[in-house]
Formats: sequence, structure tokens, C-alpha cells
Amino acid sequence: MILVTLIAVLFVGGLACWLSERFNPDLPRLIALLTVLLDFALMFSLLGAEGTSTWVAVFEAPWISRFGISFYLAADGLSVLLLMLTAFLGVVAIGAAWDEVQERPGFFYFNLLWTLAGVVGVFTALDLFLFFFFWEVMLIPMYLIIAIWGHENKNYAAMKFFIFTQVTGMMMLVSILVLAYFHYLQLGSLSFNYHDLLNVSLTGEMGMWVMLGFFISFSTKLPSMPFHSWLPDAHSQAPTAGSVILAGVLLKTGAYGLIRFAVPLFPEASMAFAPVAMTLAAVSILYCAKVAFAQDDIKRLIAYTSVSHMGFVTLGIYAWNEQALQGAVMTMLAHGLSAAALFMLAGGLQHRIHTRNMPDMGGFWPKVPKMTAVAIFFSVAALGMPGLGNFIGEFLALIGAFQANVTLTVVAAFGLILASVYSLWVLQKVFQGEYNNRGFDDSHLTDLSRREMLYFAAMMIGLVWMGLYPQTFLSMSEPVLAQLLSESAQTLVTSLEGGL
Amino acid sequence: MTITIADLFLILPVLVLTGTAVLAMSAVAVGRNYPVTAFITVAGLLLAALSAVTLMPGTNQQVTPLLIVDPYSLFFAAVICLSAMFIAVLSYPYLEGLDDDREEYFLLLGVATVGAVVLVSSNHFVSALLGLETLSMSLYGMVAYTVHSQKADKYPLEASVKYLVLSAAASGFLLFGMALIYGQTGTLAFASLTDLSESSLGNGFSVVGLLLITAGLAFKLSLAPFHMWTPDVYEGAPMPATTYLATIGKAAVFVVLLRFVEISEALALAGILTVLSFLAVLSILAGNLLALLQQNVKRLLAYSSIAHMGYLLIAVVASYYVEGRVGIEAISFYLVAYIIMSLGAFGVTSMVSRSDCERDTIDDYRGLFWRQPLLAAVFTAMLLSLAGIPLTVGFIGKFYLFFAGVEAALWPLLAALIVGSGIGLYYYLRIIYRMLEPAVSPDQSTMSPELSFGSYGVVLCLSLLLLGLGIYPAPVIDLIEAISTYV
Repeated sequence: MILVTLIAVLFVGGLACWLSERFNPDLPRLIALLTVLLDFALMFSLLGAEGTSTWVAVFEAPWISRFGISFYLAADGLSVLLLMLTAFLGVVAIGAAWDEVQERPGFFYFNLLWTLAGVVGVFTALDLFLFFFFWEVMLIPMYLIIAIWGHENKNYAAMKFFIFTQVTGMMMLVSILVLAYFHYLQLGSLSFNYHDLLNVSLTGEMGMWVMLGFFISFSTKLPSMPFHSWLPDAHSQAPTAGSVILAGVLLKTGAYGLIRFAVPLFPEASMAFAPVAMTLAAVSILYCAKVAFAQDDIKRLIAYTSVSHMGFVTLGIYAWNEQALQGAVMTMLAHGLSAAALFMLAGGLQHRIHTRNMPDMGGFWPKVPKMTAVAIFFSVAALGMPGLGNFIGEFLALIGAFQANVTLTVVAAFGLILASVYSLWVLQKVFQGEYNNRGFDDSHLTDLSRREMLYFAAMMIGLVWMGLYPQTFLSMSEPVLAQLLSESAQTLVTSLEGGL
Repeated sequence: MTITIADLFLILPVLVLTGTAVLAMSAVAVGRNYPVTAFITVAGLLLAALSAVTLMPGTNQQVTPLLIVDPYSLFFAAVICLSAMFIAVLSYPYLEGLDDDREEYFLLLGVATVGAVVLVSSNHFVSALLGLETLSMSLYGMVAYTVHSQKADKYPLEASVKYLVLSAAASGFLLFGMALIYGQTGTLAFASLTDLSESSLGNGFSVVGLLLITAGLAFKLSLAPFHMWTPDVYEGAPMPATTYLATIGKAAVFVVLLRFVEISEALALAGILTVLSFLAVLSILAGNLLALLQQNVKRLLAYSSIAHMGYLLIAVVASYYVEGRVGIEAISFYLVAYIIMSLGAFGVTSMVSRSDCERDTIDDYRGLFWRQPLLAAVFTAMLLSLAGIPLTVGFIGKFYLFFAGVEAALWPLLAALIVGSGIGLYYYLRIIYRMLEPAVSPDQSTMSPELSFGSYGVVLCLSLLLLGLGIYPAPVIDLIEAISTYV
């Protein structure tokens, strides 16, 4: 029941934000903040809960019995970690929007909370129809956030975002339906239940096609080469809060889908496909790092680095061993914080000087010392400095991947070097050097406010925690990943025996 | 064959509708009164819908060789009567300011509904043709209704004549096809085709007859390549007439098509499936691609309806391959969804329009979100539903179609469905984005100063249905599963 409450609170809070606007334009942001904090607090009750299996909370109710669809929510350690990340970044996003969104705030916070509700649904749904339902539900509010509060080219960016994710989503829908239909053929009843569908054996060419439906949808969201082109546009045009949610949370739904659904449902096809997926990941890492280096628009640059970092996640997932998966999960969490922080910095700069063009900037250090310090911290985190979360994640992912595919891992590791290059490059361009104003109004170029410092400090603590004592997080996801691994190994063994 | 009182009781919806038309006509003869005529029509339509609903449980009987009264036909009779009632309510404010006689419009609407109800109850060529012609004849009148008005915004005469000429040609095809089949079988019941032996099929007459019938129905359903008339007629007709044409005009014909292919087992004949698949893909692609180019909301929705008819045809093809009734269920559910969302979308455009001032370019909707939040929210929901986004009934409908397609393993058609839906997103989102933009000129804010209470009720009711069936569709799915066994 707690899971239903988590989602319902956000939906209801969103409606309250919209309605409260007419009474006082400051009310929506307050309601939104309280709603997300309440949700965050409720999530802590999941931490202590001990379930019989790895599932700590389960809710199931019949929904559309004609198709064997049920309203089935469940959370395990992996979901809980991502739920916490979602709520935490939800609070941060509201902070980012606090002063920035002046226009129609009620509708803005409505969309923000509904996006979060969709994400919470995605991380907890275990009925594939329900999963797809939430997968799509989070799109529309995000589209509206970009289309209404975005920057100069918002229509194009919002449209591209929507069409990419929706069209690939429909491919996933077809795959889900094929899977459910095969369950009907093999086991005699229609079901969209995750546990039931794990028993379906889809082999050969059909298995590969159906797996590809999932893979394309998830790797578009992730995003991975060659489906990444929507992301730089969406990020550069979205308002800061939108970027925070997009980079911090929405991208992680793709990775979550790969770990939870794409590989476990089709272990054989995934194993066959792993070299291709890992190659795509390595190409993503290097190519997008290189492209990032060529950007003038600071938000586009960060967007490309996101694609590059998410490459480590794909690499880790398709290596499919414990270390690699732990690395992927850690990277998801750490990147969620570091990318969100970097987007907030870029957004903060844009809010102050109304440009994202890096050649116009330079020598901001003396003007905004606190902001510079924060920027250095998060850039260094993003480039994988030991002691911070990103290092743990990428290091584990690489160790794990090394056991699976040496060549690709060696190639991908060069991404770490490129990451240092572009991170330091940004610092140099924006904060170091001579201050000279190249045609923008610097009257609002003020240092970080206390509220902003508070948010950044919270994210810094998170990253340091992940870097110095990752065991807190690892021990939550460990049993889940171990079970996924053993289940898929079992399936592979059975099918091998069947083959012999 | 004699008709008993019990038989008359079974066709109560048709009788009520006919009575309503006669009563409305008498009322006009006594004295012209716009509200009274409208009220009689709305009440009559509601009564007909209720009588269809009451008859539904347990009724399954052939009334004369022409009409079949079973839960399936009664269900669609009820849906059609309710939709017609909604359209009547929406028409009221639209025609209120017309500088010409206004009352006869409701007569035409009632008579058209008689045709539609006969159509969904027919399993015989004669009743199908009678229903179709009753429907079409009334629609010619409705499309041309504002023709004598000095201030009419549109080109009703052009639209009506175009529709009349092309529709008559299509009826010609249909009749010729029926004649060819009659020549082989000697009867006009749909079931007659199943009696044909292999040898008589070989001579080709039946296949040619079937293809002619398919062409005739494809014209009425505006499937590509028989779709040319649709955008012009939609654009030229007054908004409520367009709504009628786009919703009831399509759904009733689709039901008769479905019954025909199911009873006659026509899909088993060589080539018919290929033709239908071809029509489906062509409609999906042509409809969606041409909709991209439109600046006029009516034309855009016209092309989108062409695409939606193509989606539905996928389920018709699938119904041949699947065991069980999934194909028929998918079609029935999608038709209901299509009626709800089209009614809603056209309903909003009707509400902001008047007979002397139609708001039908996309630019007219600029900033609607900030001027009329409720209307814009309804319109957005309807468009998202047409695009098949979750939380709306359109998603469940599309899910059903996908399901039928997957079960029948129609991969090329499913690919067309995905591509078509992807293109579709673009033009639906374009309208939504335009509504989100800030309004440009202050004179736009005067658009539709007085919104009628009844129309608001209708679009709100439709939105509730849209969301309700999108979130909890189980009751309607169960109902449709039960009635689909009767087809």
C-alpha cells in the first residue's frame, strides 16, 4: 500500500499545485516542496522493511482481467535506491525552479510532480503493461515542461524528445505483447506479470527481435549511440529543473529497464547481443566525449558528457556479472547527482547572464568564487576522481567489464582520460583566465545564494558518501543483483541442456 | 412473412427515432420554435438510447430477414444514439445565430440516426443499402444546411455537391457488387456467400462483386485511395455536420463492414486480405503524411480520421488469423474510443465556432490554454488520445489493435501502425504546442464570448469517459467481450 501512496501523493500534490495558483502564485512551489519531502520521508519507511524475499513492499490488485493485467507494484533494494534518488532530485529540482520559474508556476509544478509520479511508477511497476503505462505517463508532463518553460528552440526540442521516446516506446509495447502472447501459447493464460513472463522461453530469431524492441526503447532513453540525438536538444532547451529531472532521473529509467527487464527476460538473446551492446557503449563513451569537447553551448556539452557517462552503465549491464552491475548502479546514482549539479550550475549561469555560449564567458573566478568552487568539485567528481561516487561506479563497471570483454574495456577506459580533458576545459574556459565581458549584461552575475549552497552541499555530501563508504548503497542493491544473476544463469543452463 | 407486435418491440430504438423525427416535423408545422425542436430531438435520441440499453440483455433475434437485433447491434445503436444526442446539443449554440430556418437541421439529424441504427442492425444487403442511403441523404442536407445563409463562413454547397456526386458513385459500385453476388447466389443475405461452392467462386464474379463492395465501403470510410473527398467535405461543411460525418458516419459503416466480412466469411476468398492490407497501409501512410501539411484543423482531423480507419482495418485483417474474437473486440473497442475522442475534438472546435464564424485554422487556437484553460485541456486530452497516449481511452484502443496484430503476427502492418502513430504525434503536438503559446492579439481573447452550458456538459462528459475508460477500461472491455460473440 505504501507504494500506491508514494505515487498518489505526487499525483494529488500536483493537482493541488495547479489549483493553488489562483490563490497565491507563491503557494505552488511551497506545496510542491512539501509534497516531495513527504514522499521522501515515506520512502524511508521502505528502508527498515524486511520482506520474505528481496521484495520489501508489494501491492497487487486486479485491473484489466481480460488481458491478465494487474495493478502490481513492488520494490526491492534496487528500486528503493532509485526511488530515493528520484525524491532527492525532485527536491533539488524544485529548488532550481524556485526563483527561475515565475510564469504560470502552478502548472509548472503540476507537470514536475506528475513527471516524478510517472518515474516512481516506472521504478516500482512489475506488471509490464503497468510499466509501459507509467513509462508513457512521464513523457507528457516532461514535454510540457520543455515546450512551455524552455528556451529559444523549445518546440523543436520538445517535439524531438517526445517522438523519439514515444516511437521507440511503441516498439517496446509490441515486444511486451509478443511476450504476453507467448506466455499464453506456452503456459495457457495471458499474463503481463513480470514473474510469469520470466518463465517464457523465447529463443532463436524471435527472441532476438523481441529483445531488440526492449533494447531500442531503453537505450533511447538512456541514451546510447545511435539513439542519443534527442538528448542534447532537450537538455539545452529545457529549463534548469527540467534538465535536473531529465539527466538525474529520466535517463536512469532506461538503465533500470535494461537491468530489470531487457536482460533477465531474454538471457540468451542478451548474451548473444552483449558484444554489440558493449561496442555501442564503448563508441558512446568515446564519441560523445569527443563531441562534448567541440561544443560551445555549455548545456549541450554537459548533455554529451551525460551520454558518455551512461555508456559505462550500458557496458556494466551487458558485462552481466556482479561487479559490473554494481558499478552500473553506482554510476547511475553518482551520475544522477553530479549531472544534476552541473546542469544546475549551467542553469544558474544562464539565469544570471542570459547566455550559454562559452566563448563569451571567461575569468568568472574572482566574480563568483563560491560558484567556482562548487563547479570544480562537481567537474572533478564527473571526471572520476577517487574518493567521490563516480569513481567507484566507473571503476567497478570497468573491472566487471574487463572479465567479460578485454578489448572493449580497454578502449572504453580511454573515456576517463577524455572526461578529464573536457571537464578541465570547461573550468578553464568559464572560470579561469582574464575576466572580460563579451557582450552580455553582467549586472546580475552574483555569487551563489544560501539556498543554492544548501542544495549543492547536499549533493556534495551524497557524492562524498558514495565515494568513501559505498557499502551503504552496494549492500542494498547486492541481493537484488545476485538474484537476477543467478536466475539468468539458471535459465541459460536449462536452455543449454535443452539444446544438448 | 408477417411482423408481430413482439418484433416491433425489438426494433423499438428505430421506432422511437422515427417517431422523434415525425414529432419534430409536426412541431415545426405547428409553429417554428428552435428550442422546442431541439429539445424533442435530444429527448428522442436519449429515449432511443435507453430503449436500446434496456433491450440488450438476452435479446438475439432476427426481425424480418432484414434486421438482426442482438446485443452487438443494440450496443452500437445505443452508442450511436448517445453520440447523436451529444452532437445535437453541440449544434444548438452553433446554429442559434443562423439567418435562415434552423429547425429542420434537427429533423435531418434524427433521420440520419435512423439510417445509422438500421445500418448497425443489418445482415442483409437490402437493409445495409437502405440504412446507408438514409444516412447519406440526410448528411447531404446537413452538410449543405447553411447554404442559404448570407453570412455562412464556409462553402457548404461545394462540400455537399462533392459529397453527393462521389457518394452516389460509390453507392453505384456497391449496388453493382451486390448484383453480381446476387447473380451467383440468388439471395441478398450476407450469409449467402458461404453457400457458394468452390467452382462458382472460380468464375470470378463473386470476387469482382466483393471487390466492388469493398471499394464502395472504402469510399464511405474514406480509406485511401478513396479518400479524396474527405478533407474538402469536412472543411466545407458546418462544424456539427462534420462531427456527425466523422463519428457516426464512420462507425456505423464500419460495423456493417465487420458484420459483412464475419458472416459472409469473405476474408477467406483469395485476394481480399491482400486488398484490405493494402488499403490499411495506404490509408495509414497517406492519412498521416498528408495531415502533416495541413494548416486547417478540420482538414487535419479529416486526414487523421483516414489514418484511424486504416488502423481499424488492421484488426479486420487480424480477425481472420486469430482464434477467438480478439479482432472483433479490438475493432469494437477502438470504434467506441474513436467516437469518444473525435466527438470531443470536434466538439471543442464546434464550441469555439459559430455558423458565421468558424475557428478552424491552427492559428485560431493560439494561446487557447491561457484564455480557455478548460476547453484547451479537453482538446489536449482528445488529441493525446487520438495519438494513443496512456491515461486516455485511445491508448487502450491502440493497445487492443496492437494485441490483435501481434496475435495474428501481422508484422508489416504493425510496422505501419508504429510509423503512422509516430508521424501522427507530430501534427497532434503541433496543435497542442500552438495552444500553449501566448496569445498574439487581444481580439482573439473575445473568441466565443458566450459558451453554452450544454456544450460544456457534453465535452466534460466526454473527457470523463476518455479518462475513465483510459484508466479503468475493464467494465467496457468485459461488455465488449460478451457482445462480440454475437457477430
